[in-house]
Amino acid sequence: MIELKNVCKSFILGGEEIKALDNVNLSVKKGEFVSVIGPSGSGKSTLMNILGLLDVVDKGEYVLDNVVIKDAKDNTLSEIRNKKIGFIFQNFNLLPKLNALENVQVPLMYRGLKNDESKKIARKYLEKVGLGAREKHLPNQLSGGQQQRVAIARAIAGNPEIILADEPTGALDSKTSNELMELFENLNQEGQTIILITHDINVAKRAKRIVRIADGKLYEGEVV
Amino acid sequence: MGKTISIFKEALKNIISNKLRSSLTMLGLIIGIMSVILLVGIGNGATTNVTSSVKSLGTGTLTVSINGESDTTIQYEQIDDFKKITNIESVAPYKNVSGTISKDTTTSRNSSVLATVPEYINILNLKLEAGRLLSNIDIENSSKICMIGNSLTDTLFEDSKIKDIVGQSISIEGDKYTVVGVLTKVGSSMGTNIDNTIIIPFTTAKYLKSDMSINNLYVKVSDENNIEATKSLIENYLERNLQISSDYYSVTSQDSMLDTMSDIRTTLSLLLGGIAGISLIVGGIGVMNVMLVSVTERTKEIGIRKSLGAKRRDILVQFLVESLILCILGGTIGVGFGIGVGTILQIFGFSFNITSTVILISFCSSAVIGLVFGIFPAYKAAKLNPIEALRTE
Repeated sequence: MIELKNVCKSFILGGEEIKALDNVNLSVKKGEFVSVIGPSGSGKSTLMNILGLLDVVDKGEYVLDNVVIKDAKDNTLSEIRNKKIGFIFQNFNLLPKLNALENVQVPLMYRGLKNDESKKIARKYLEKVGLGAREKHLPNQLSGGQQQRVAIARAIAGNPEIILADEPTGALDSKTSNELMELFENLNQEGQTIILITHDINVAKRAKRIVRIADGKLYEGEVV
Repeated sequence: MGKTISIFKEALKNIISNKLRSSLTMLGLIIGIMSVILLVGIGNGATTNVTSSVKSLGTGTLTVSINGESDTTIQYEQIDDFKKITNIESVAPYKNVSGTISKDTTTSRNSSVLATVPEYINILNLKLEAGRLLSNIDIENSSKICMIGNSLTDTLFEDSKIKDIVGQSISIEGDKYTVVGVLTKVGSSMGTNIDNTIIIPFTTAKYLKSDMSINNLYVKVSDENNIEATKSLIENYLERNLQISSDYYSVTSQDSMLDTMSDIRTTLSLLLGGIAGISLIVGGIGVMNVMLVSVTERTKEIGIRKSLGAKRRDILVQFLVESLILCILGGTIGVGFGIGVGTILQIFGFSFNITSTVILISFCSSAVIGLVFGIFPAYKAAKLNPIEALRTE
């Protein structure tokens, strides 16, 4: 389902070329729950941006759902992102002026769904993450854990191929983190493909497969 | 469509959540649109007034004026000869005479005395409210009689009823004149406010003024279609028979006056519209400034939206709709204020005349400003890099 072949990505920083991803190969099958673990500066974010189509590769090939992503235009990338990828961020990234329900509706709206339809779907997913009673609450009226649940509902509402979670528990206490990881496990059991990026080994261990990243290179397994 | 509804809803939400900023931005446009409506309305009102007084002369009227510095002019005795020019139906010479007008102890200051002939009443379409009109016998006898304009009844005869005024006498330069008629209200016409004028027989003016030469004439033609030919005939007559140099006289038809009037009107409208247009552009720059600030403030939001699948067009439309709503709202309030203030000015005696076209144009121009000054900030937002946008706090 996801295939990274010899992917390279580098940046120029202070006149020096930095290889954020160096010949990376990664294959993720449908229904897998993979965690990518690595320290900061290891290329995690770059990998996440490439997988999430926010960025394009310099060299190599990225195949998503049998489609080679290459030289795609900004708008095409947006469209694929909208249909196939669900993002979950460390700091939730909810839109502050929209209530929980409206936040979940946003990706559905960009897909062109009618208001009534998207409302119905959004409500269903809010209930699924256990926030059915709080659909009218604004993000600042919700706790961190609740906000992240809204973000998860927003990510899965569009029925994406993969969920990309970037440090989803980074801003939460251990009890809430634990509850959230259970939610991820449940979603995975229902067949949802999940790629989770973290620097926390305890979080990473909840996934079925662990990939380590260091200095732009990828290694299978927990330990080198 | 869900997208359209939510774009409008969110744009309104953003405008309302920044109440002070939004209303200050709109203020620029409100003042701009209001000045368009007011300036154009007042300009229109003024020219409409003049135009309608030109039209009140009726078609087929020529105005002849001879400069006072000319060596020769027409004398009253020459009018009969002048009338023989082909196509002339009637001729009304008139003369403004100065003189203090009083009744008992009351003195009227703003009124003027006009000496003329009965034809003048016809050509200007003046109507009687009471009494009788000037007659040829009054002219022959140089009678000390007068007709008074409607406003003078209040000034000179405070409490009397109109019909009681007829027969009473007033004094002009200390001489007694009997009021024979009261005219109906007509308003200002051709620079002469008939309502404030006392009309005396032309020949009577000799008691008040030594120079009895004629400098102004109204000429009514019998066939309107030949008015231009008649104009040339009159010019010939003035030059050949009376030896008046062409520098010293003018013969104008109502048509040419209306043409001049519409020229003035166009120039005035352009001038006033231009001034108002500048204030609109200033307002537009304000809108652009605020929208740019808004884009910077909401960089993160734009990043989130892009990560969720918003295309460039979605972001562009969202910001454009916001500036459009700001401008149209400001424009609507401006139109309302403009008409409101205009109406108040009207109550205070200013002439204010606004057409639906002008309202529509100012409304549309506010929308155009929203588009023109909103497109750059919106474009800036749309082409933000999602990764960098997400990284900002």
